[in-house]
Amino acid sequence: MTTLSGAFFGVIHRDLSIAMRHRGDLLNPLFFFLIVVTLVPLGISPEPARLAAMAPGMIWISALLATLLALDNLFQADFADGSLVHLMLSPQPLWLLVLAKIIAHWLVTGLPVVLFSPLLGLMLSLPEAGFLPLLLGLTLGTAVFSLLGAVGAALTVALHKGSVLLSLLVMPLYVPVLIFGTSAVQRAVDGMSYGGVMAMLAAASAFTLLIAPFAAAGALKVGING
Amino acid sequence: MSSQALLEFQALTFERDDWPLFSDLSGAIKVGEILQITGPNGCGKTTLLHILATIQPINVGTLRWKGSDISQCHQSYLADVAFIGHKPGLKLSLTPRENLQWLSKLQPLNRCTSAEALARIGLAGFEDVPCYTLSAGQLRRAALAVLCMTQARLWLLDEPLTALDVQGIADLETLLLAHVEQGGAVALSSHQALTNPAVRTLALDAMAEAEL
Repeated sequence: MTTLSGAFFGVIHRDLSIAMRHRGDLLNPLFFFLIVVTLVPLGISPEPARLAAMAPGMIWISALLATLLALDNLFQADFADGSLVHLMLSPQPLWLLVLAKIIAHWLVTGLPVVLFSPLLGLMLSLPEAGFLPLLLGLTLGTAVFSLLGAVGAALTVALHKGSVLLSLLVMPLYVPVLIFGTSAVQRAVDGMSYGGVMAMLAAASAFTLLIAPFAAAGALKVGING
Repeated sequence: MSSQALLEFQALTFERDDWPLFSDLSGAIKVGEILQITGPNGCGKTTLLHILATIQPINVGTLRWKGSDISQCHQSYLADVAFIGHKPGLKLSLTPRENLQWLSKLQPLNRCTSAEALARIGLAGFEDVPCYTLSAGQLRRAALAVLCMTQARLWLLDEPLTALDVQGIADLETLLLAHVEQGGAVALSSHQALTNPAVRTLALDAMAEAEL
C-alpha cells in the first residue's frame, strides 16, 4: 500500500529530479534575479550611497519577480502531460501532495534566490546590518510567494495563456510581503529594531503554510476542468 | 441487490456551454465486464470517463461504488480505481522506470515490479532511457504498464488503443481479459472494435440522437 510519507517524499523527489534534468529552466529565475540586480548600478548610478539606499527594495523586487517567473510551471507542466490527474486520483490527501510540490518548487526557485541575496547585497553596497534581516526576510518571503503562488497557479492551470491572469491574481497578495520585507532591511540599516516586522513576515508565512495547501488543492479540483 | 455492479451511474447529465453532451445517462459497470464507450468525436466519452473517475464533478445524477454513494467512500474508491487518460501522464524527462516508481508511491501498484511490468508490456530494454526518446506507441505502452502493476478492480481507460500497433492491441486485450476474469471491471473509450467477446458497448451518439 502507499504511505503518506512515501507519497509526500515521492512527489518532492520526482519534482527535484525533473528540475535537475532541466537545468536551463532551473537557472532561469536565478539568472533573472542576478541580471536585474547587476544592471542597477549600470543603469542608475554606481555611487555606493545611492545604491545602498535602493538595495533592499531592488533585491526584494527582483526576488519577487524571479519567483513569479517560475510560478507558471508549478502545475502547468503536470497538467499538460496528464500526470496531474494521477496526483489528484491518489488515495493520499491532495493537499499533502500539493504541499510537496510547493516545497520542491521553493527548493528550486526560492532557495537559490535566498542563497544568492548576500552576494547581491554586497554588489549594491548594502550596509552590514542589513544582511541578516535580508536573508531571514527572503527565506520567509519566498516561502510565502511559493505558497500563495500555488493557489493562483492551481486556479489558472487549465487556462491557455493563464500566466497574465496568474500575475494579476497573486501580485496584490505579494505586496504586503514586499512592504514588510523591505522595511525589515531598511529598519536594520537605519539602526532600528526589526523584530516586529520580521514577526509579521513569520506570521504571514505560518498562516499561508496552514491555508495555502488546502486552498491550492481545492483550486486544482476546480481549475483542472477549465 | 445489485452485488454484481461495481460502479453504477444514475441519471447523469452533463452540459458544456449550455449544450447537453448527454442527459439522463444511467448504467453500471459490472464485475467481469468490459464496457466500451463509443461515439463520434466530441460526444462526451472523455467527459463521461472523467466523471466516473471523479475528476469532473457531477452536475446532475449520482455515482454509486459497490452500492454506496461515491462521496461516502471516495478514498477507498480512489484506491480501487486505475485511470489512464488519453494523455499518457508520463514525464518525458524521466525514464519509464522512474515514472512507474513515482506512480507506485501515489497509487497501490505492487502486483509486480516496474521492470516486470515493462517487460510484459513489451518495453524490455527501455526501462532506463528517457521517455522523450520513446515513440508515441512506446509511450502508450509505458503508460499501460501501470495496468500490470495495479491492484485496482476498476480500470477506466480513455482511448487506450491510440498509437498502439497490432501486437500492442493484442497484448492490451490479453491484459483486459485476464483482469475481468479475476473479477475486475473495465470501462474504456475507443473507436476501434475489440475482438474480445466480453465487451458490452455503450453508444453515446445513439443517446444524443434519441434526445434530439
